[in-house]
Amino acid sequence: METLFGIAVDGVAYGMILFIISVGLSVTLGLMRVVNLAHGAFAMVAGYVASFAAQGLGLPYAAALAGAVLLTVVATLPLERLLYRRIYGQANELAQVLLTIGLTFVIVAGINYLFGPTLKRIPLPEPLQGTLALGPKAIPTHRAFVIAVGVATILALWWLLERTDFGIRLRAAVDDPDMAAALGIRTERLYAATFALGTGLAALGGVLGAELLPLEPYYAIRYIVLFLAVVAVGGAGSIAGSAAAALALGVVDTAGKYLIPNFGEFFFYATLILILFRWPHGFFRGRAA
Amino acid sequence: MSAATNHAATASAPAHGGRASRPQRLRDGAAAPLLAALGLAAFWLFPDDLGLMTRILTAALYVLSLDLVLGYAGIATLGQAAMFGTGAYAAGIAAVHLVADPLVLLAVGGVAGGLIALATGTLILRGRGLTLLMLTIAVAQIVQEVANKARDLTGGSDGLSGIDPGPLLGLFRFDMYGRTSYLFALAVLLAGFLVARRIVRSPFGLACRGVREDPVRVAALGGSPKRLLVAMYAVAGVFAGVAGALSAVTSGIVGLDSLGFSWSAEALVMLVLGGTGRLWGAILGTVAFMTVHHLLAATDPFHWMLFIGLFLMGTVLFLPGGLASLADRFTRGDRP
Repeated sequence: METLFGIAVDGVAYGMILFIISVGLSVTLGLMRVVNLAHGAFAMVAGYVASFAAQGLGLPYAAALAGAVLLTVVATLPLERLLYRRIYGQANELAQVLLTIGLTFVIVAGINYLFGPTLKRIPLPEPLQGTLALGPKAIPTHRAFVIAVGVATILALWWLLERTDFGIRLRAAVDDPDMAAALGIRTERLYAATFALGTGLAALGGVLGAELLPLEPYYAIRYIVLFLAVVAVGGAGSIAGSAAAALALGVVDTAGKYLIPNFGEFFFYATLILILFRWPHGFFRGRAA
Repeated sequence: MSAATNHAATASAPAHGGRASRPQRLRDGAAAPLLAALGLAAFWLFPDDLGLMTRILTAALYVLSLDLVLGYAGIATLGQAAMFGTGAYAAGIAAVHLVADPLVLLAVGGVAGGLIALATGTLILRGRGLTLLMLTIAVAQIVQEVANKARDLTGGSDGLSGIDPGPLLGLFRFDMYGRTSYLFALAVLLAGFLVARRIVRSPFGLACRGVREDPVRVAALGGSPKRLLVAMYAVAGVFAGVAGALSAVTSGIVGLDSLGFSWSAEALVMLVLGGTGRLWGAILGTVAFMTVHHLLAATDPFHWMLFIGLFLMGTVLFLPGGLASLADRFTRGDRP
């Protein structure tokens, strides 16, 4: 019983981190049709910036978090302009994969040059340490915080896409980019804004999840398969799908690691295959699919 | 593939797909002897690097198999190592327990690679795009996990060692300088190159290329796109399996990394550097990649990553056809 509870809490928290990072990927994949393998690298960059801000400059956690997200978004916008804009669209799948793998390699090498190959931590502030009593049970405060931020992200994204002007334009451009452009929607700006949104989410997840996905230079390569799995299972461009997929895969992965540690990977990938068999386009057939 | 690019591709396809033009036939005739001559020249020029060069030749055959899948059938895969590793382990296990003849071992590897490709291809090739990419990754990860757990047979994470193949054709022993290994690998690569060329020029190969360009049209013409894709996937699996067996025979060891994700990804990188859809592009890309890797990774693996990262980005942005397109200026126009 104790184990099951632990699996549930850790699995959901892990799933929320997966969701926050992957939904950014899902949105850019849904709108720009770009398979961005450098997405994990952006999350990693934000984690390193936050770690440096907290440990090197002594900034408080919240400031480090906000600074890292902002800085990552600002730093990646020129990349959108210079690199990504050339490879938007479904026809360039292979070019996208290669360009973004190349970008990932460069970022990994750069991070290693700047910060070294050792594991980096982002020290948690006082209020996030310790545990939170929840009736008879107690859960680590950090996990509770992550879950809360995850839920807030789901709600905020839903509101942004379904209830705002930006969301309407975005959905129009996803459904038919040429028609949207013809109707006067500035799709180029929209793409840049969406890219910034996706990167910002990656950055947020990278900083928040540093406890669960440890920061080291190979982070960008190690976890990208995980993020892509969430997007494939959830369906590109679908927020609800990403959330469901991230939670399902997060819980399955955690359960596999707790219960049958020797076959952890096996369990995860077997589930992935089974799900993709049943739903080849993801849980929620994405807008792009 | 969007409709627009399909049209562009089909419009320019006759130049490549139909009867070979005169310069192309000239180039064809020269390709195999040139490969053999370069291989032999390297044998005389760099007698101290035969180990590395044998690995390059093995990898070239493996990348060639990926070219059949990706370049000619348009199947984007990040799991080709599953076939390579299965072939390597099958040959390795057979060598430890059953037979010693190197050619039989290659056959064992080829059959194993082909079978696993046939089995998994039948299952996963219904997916497309990102889904298919994830399925190929998942299959390779599961095969690797199985190899990791089947310790008694495969040696698990310690790797499988003790592979001691008998003399080639009963005549040539595998010497400690790796001369026999190198020449053997060169011969196998040459044979693989010629067979692969035969396959891609056959009606079957052309039909696969048709599926890559436009599966709906192939279906409308009475072909079965999925069956063609599965068949090509299995054929390429045989090539990858033979490459794996070749690596087991020449190096005497099989490790779990022969099934790893990075080996699959590296194959893709090598292929694109060289140029997809051109068989000798696969070989060119492998030679360039492995040589630079050897030179740079010796100092610091991160230097290597920086270099290959920049190189990849440069290739995509400025040289979409890969290295082979530098020489081969007849670009097809399907990679903008």
